[in-house]
Amino acid sequence: MAKQHKAVALISGGLDSLLAVRVLQEQGIEVEGINFYTGFCVEGHTHAIRNHDKDKKKRNNALWAAEQLGIKLHIVDVIEEYKDVLLNPKHGYGANMNPCLDCKIFMVSKAVEWVKENHENGFDFIITGEVIGQRPMSQRKETMPIVANESGAEDILLRPLCAKNLPATKPELEGWVDREKLFDFSGRNRKPQMALAKKYGFTDYASPAGGCCFLTDKNYSDKLVDLWKGRGTREYEMDDIMLLKVGRHLRPKPEYKLIIARDAGESKFLEGYRKQFTNIQALSHNGPLTLVDGNMPDEEIEIAAGIVARYGQGRDAAQVEIQVSIPGSEPKKIQIKPLSMDEVLEEWHV
Amino acid sequence: MACMSTHELDARRLLCPMPVIKTQNKVKELSVGDILTIFCTDPGALSDIPAWVRINGHEMLSAEQSEDELAITIRVNG
Repeated sequence: MAKQHKAVALISGGLDSLLAVRVLQEQGIEVEGINFYTGFCVEGHTHAIRNHDKDKKKRNNALWAAEQLGIKLHIVDVIEEYKDVLLNPKHGYGANMNPCLDCKIFMVSKAVEWVKENHENGFDFIITGEVIGQRPMSQRKETMPIVANESGAEDILLRPLCAKNLPATKPELEGWVDREKLFDFSGRNRKPQMALAKKYGFTDYASPAGGCCFLTDKNYSDKLVDLWKGRGTREYEMDDIMLLKVGRHLRPKPEYKLIIARDAGESKFLEGYRKQFTNIQALSHNGPLTLVDGNMPDEEIEIAAGIVARYGQGRDAAQVEIQVSIPGSEPKKIQIKPLSMDEVLEEWHV
Repeated sequence: MACMSTHELDARRLLCPMPVIKTQNKVKELSVGDILTIFCTDPGALSDIPAWVRINGHEMLSAEQSEDELAITIRVNG
């Protein structure tokens, strides 16, 4: 009996990877999915935090895609390993702090490792939803062989949606997959994918070509660069990544910044960090919980308290009672006049 | 034959998909028939963990939601 060849698919949760898997399933190929969690994935996080997102559908798109496809999904935590990709990208960054090409190479190389570990179970090639010309940095005609070569995947990397525009891969040459039934999509036009989605009966899929990584977001990238600058080192931990997604960030002095909750949902989320960070909150009025990241000099306490008062319901009051809590010390209570809008300087906003 | 055992996993304060990843990794250490209760605070886990359980062939036993916390109990299948 002929060997049943199996593929592992990189599943982002977007339309392209969904379609790439279905195209192979149509040829009788058994597929399992793999999804990498870098810490910068947009998935869910802020949706779960902010009040105004409470009604948004809370679903992990990669899990949703796997369920639609009827495949197993392996979600892999690559937070630590990903630091080197972000900090030292061989191919540089995109418009923001997004190392898209290095990221793709990294993820395919992780899939290569997975295939090696699972070869005995019949897995011998990798598929992605890449389309030539789809992304300006990572999905171009010139980058397709770079990803295949530098990841170590070489000819076991198949892109079903644009395979006909690329040299034949091992699964095609060996006859595991019928090349004629693959596609020749190219460019940023999404119509062919949408037509294919319709043919397969996929509706309600995640926003096509939408960003799934915070690093492609300018505001987020600016906050990350500010964090590194403020600390004098480009290191980061998981909590740093999370806190960059939450709140209003103001840096009145290079040594410290304030992370000010924008609603009750964010205040509740920041509550979990009270023991780790100096935190400031109004007592006399409702107001946002604020964390202090860095070393706030004593002479800055009144400025910081004035800012926090400004963003609470006591903004127009003559005085607001503010509590400043430093972990391991007795909380301090101070009376402060909220800063006016003009006194909160534009350049403080990160 | 190994006896079925019950286990708990603390995934409080973790945001999705970390509770799913922790669940997945914990299940790898368990045996068929074992029961695992995951405690978490991200409401997203209420859709993500059951989805992960379904696609990987395990069994959802219950999902209890209190004001600040979720307790999701699953049975490990082969």
